[in-house]
Amino acid sequence: MTMVRLSELTIGQMGIIEDVEAEEHFRQRLQSLGFRIGKEVRLIRQALFGGPLHVRIGSVNVVLRRNDAATIHVWAEG
Amino acid sequence: MKRIALLGMPNTGKSTFFNRLTGASARIGNWPGITVDLLSAKILLGADMVETVDLPGIYDLHGFAEDEQVVRRFLQNNPVDLLCVILNATQIDQQLPLALQLRRLGLKAVVVLNMVDEAERLGIRFDALVLAQGLDCPVCLVSAKYGKGFLETREALRQSLAETSSVNTVALQADFADDEALVAEAERLVARAVALPRLLEHDLTERVDRIALHSLFGIPLFFLALYLLFQAVYTLGGPLQDGVTWLLEHFRNAVLAPLLAFLPSWLYGLLVEGVYDGLGTVASFVPVIVLFFLGMALVEDSGYLSRIAFLMDALMARLGLDGRGFVMLLMGFGCNVPALMGTRVMRSRGLRLLTMLIIPFSLCSARLQVFVFLTTALFTPAKAPLVLLVLYATSFLTAFTTALLFKNRLRSGEPLLIELPPYRLPTLNQVALRAWHEVRHFLDRATRFIVIGVIAIWLLTHLPTGVPPGSPQTLAGIFGGWLEPLLRPIGIDQQMAVVLLFGFVAKEIVLGAMAVVYGLEGDALSQLMAHQMDGIQAFSFMLFTLIYTPCLSTVATMRSESKSITFTGVSIVWSLALAWLFCLIFYQGARLLGF
Repeated sequence: MTMVRLSELTIGQMGIIEDVEAEEHFRQRLQSLGFRIGKEVRLIRQALFGGPLHVRIGSVNVVLRRNDAATIHVWAEG
Repeated sequence: MKRIALLGMPNTGKSTFFNRLTGASARIGNWPGITVDLLSAKILLGADMVETVDLPGIYDLHGFAEDEQVVRRFLQNNPVDLLCVILNATQIDQQLPLALQLRRLGLKAVVVLNMVDEAERLGIRFDALVLAQGLDCPVCLVSAKYGKGFLETREALRQSLAETSSVNTVALQADFADDEALVAEAERLVARAVALPRLLEHDLTERVDRIALHSLFGIPLFFLALYLLFQAVYTLGGPLQDGVTWLLEHFRNAVLAPLLAFLPSWLYGLLVEGVYDGLGTVASFVPVIVLFFLGMALVEDSGYLSRIAFLMDALMARLGLDGRGFVMLLMGFGCNVPALMGTRVMRSRGLRLLTMLIIPFSLCSARLQVFVFLTTALFTPAKAPLVLLVLYATSFLTAFTTALLFKNRLRSGEPLLIELPPYRLPTLNQVALRAWHEVRHFLDRATRFIVIGVIAIWLLTHLPTGVPPGSPQTLAGIFGGWLEPLLRPIGIDQQMAVVLLFGFVAKEIVLGAMAVVYGLEGDALSQLMAHQMDGIQAFSFMLFTLIYTPCLSTVATMRSESKSITFTGVSIVWSLALAWLFCLIFYQGARLLGF
């Protein structure tokens, strides 16, 4: 397993969250949606023209932008 | 009277639950300590009337979003006897920490697991007894959508209320360290009380999203859906509108005219040609409005809106906005006021103000009435829908231009984080209820603004006495004369200038005002309009109506939401300037080209 940023996962790839280095407010929002250390998160798709990412964490589907996803470090599977 | 506060995350079906519980008798009220409107209703529980308040959806009691502050301020300033915490059963693992956080407030509580029907379909099983133990309060399993579990819930609420002694407001201290412990506690509780299937997948949602969020077809499909929605509204609404117009005309000629013939002619004129014709012209649009809001409610409740935010974010990011801003423009198609209030979810002031600045350009249902009326009167049936389409395109164009020009002044660094709820087909009941709320709002406005507006216009076009009604010697003519130098270059004459003046109050008045200014209604008014102006003038008038300030309610909302008179002023002046400029370029350009 290698450590990458959430934004660097390939479509369909899963990662285990290792660290969230976002600013305080954003980190709290992420946490309330389930982004916590040790959780599995999967990249589902990305919008065209450098648009946002669609990721799934537990039963929740979330949209976030690439640069914000880059603040989340994950252990990539495979 | 005892008070219950409804709390929960967004997308938990809290509003649906509230509507079921209270029978949709809710009223908007003012609350100490907070400036936003909250819905509340009095319900009978056992032998006592109890007040139920629907608080905004929150993710975290310690969060920094405006809604989260609203909830904190409410709890600090208003005594609450019982908390009713709504959780989305399909996401119980994510939502329990909030429930535990709320339990720490020390208030009596009843926890409602909503959407149990959906959870069951996904294979999630609950042990309500273990949950109740862990949460130390009653837990009810409910499907608010289908009305299941409400008898038990009402009983649980009644019992819990009966056990409460008088409670005071709570002292809230943010104990962030404690939050981590709550998450661990929630995980232990879920492990004990909930059986989650290994793979939690909404099959249907997955499959629909593969098409709806497709990287190439997603956006075209959205515009196709939008087009079909409007097409359906007009195809169904057109004949209904004709029917209402026909009814109103016959009622006027067969009943009203003979009945009121004894009145002095000025009073007859004011009542029949002023109030009745003015209101009638507006009322004939009620069927279209109802259909329109039914469609909007369907889209809103289906879960598709957040997908649109996903699809449009890349474009909106380049305009200094985000995908939610586009969704609010769409909401503005119904009415700009709730769209403006919807910007509360944005925390960055720059982003919020920029979004608020572009919402008034969204072609709302009130302006739509004016455009439908004028396009039908002045253009062929083949051309009329095209003209409307151009107006919708202009609506986006002006919004985007405004964003581009102001984005460097109103900067945002706010991260985008939105949830994609599973697709849900709303029940007929839900959609009808939502549409009814909108229509009631429309009728409220109608009675408040339109009657006063039409009477004022009738007086302006008929005073002073002794001059021909509507002539340049009347008050309206004099006002129109003042505006003429400004409006002549864009092809708008004195009489229409007066109409625009009143359109500032509310666009619903515009049609009523035309009826009164010309002393005609229905088909007769359409025919006269077709003689009074040509297509170019009519389009210029519509452009101006589209772009300049939507209505007083929008201005008032803008003022209260932005808490800045300067910003509100800039918005008004900017939209007036943009309207005039657009019309000038269009009108003079068209004339130069020889149209």
